[in-house]
Amino acid sequence: MTRLVYFAWVRERIGKSEEDIALPSSVVTVADLLGHLKTLGEEYETALQYENVIRVALDQEHAEHDEPIGNAREIGIFPPMTGG
Amino acid sequence: MTISPTIRVQREDFDLQTEVDRLTRAEPGIGAIVTFSGLCRDEGGMLAALELEHYPGMAEAEMTRIANLAIERFGLLGLTAIHRFGKIAAGENIVLVIAAAPHRQAAFDGANLVMDYLKTAAPFWKKEHGTDGSAGDWVSAKDADDAARDKWK
Repeated sequence: MTRLVYFAWVRERIGKSEEDIALPSSVVTVADLLGHLKTLGEEYETALQYENVIRVALDQEHAEHDEPIGNAREIGIFPPMTGG
Repeated sequence: MTISPTIRVQREDFDLQTEVDRLTRAEPGIGAIVTFSGLCRDEGGMLAALELEHYPGMAEAEMTRIANLAIERFGLLGLTAIHRFGKIAAGENIVLVIAAAPHRQAAFDGANLVMDYLKTAAPFWKKEHGTDGSAGDWVSAKDADDAARDKWK
């Protein structure tokens, strides 16, 4: 199982802040993961519609969409940061 | 000797002078202190508050990474970065960065780099609450912020 954590409008649109899911073996990269999540329901589709703006962190480190997920235990999915 | 930055992510407010004193006490070689405070604007009376959400754990880790980058790049003698979360009313503090160095240019550059990276890489998000009671939109990321960060590369 992999823990997914969502923040800001991604969290609001998906309707939960975290969940544990089993990823199919076809999910290798970050982009594969986003594609897979979009098949899980309308709320995921809406949240991840503009896939190129979605940011992902593997075990709390920023990752590009073409990076392999590897053995990440926690994957954060969120919009571009607006702190400061 | 490598300087360890002071990094805090907290709900409560901070006091600028207290933080400056703490930093300067520890290092008599400091000749320049630059502080940056970010406050919640009222946007011409439209905005009552900002709600700051963060990624616990990752926020501290990213701020530490950014602080260490500035310390190394500019030879800083001290670096403090504090970012608040939760609901912050217009006029209140959001963020504090203090950079200390032997001379002023390194202190200015250090504070500047930390803020440019913090805005684009530290996992914080702002949601607007209007004075009309509306729970409004999430603040959008700005291309100008990315450009500001990229000038340090």
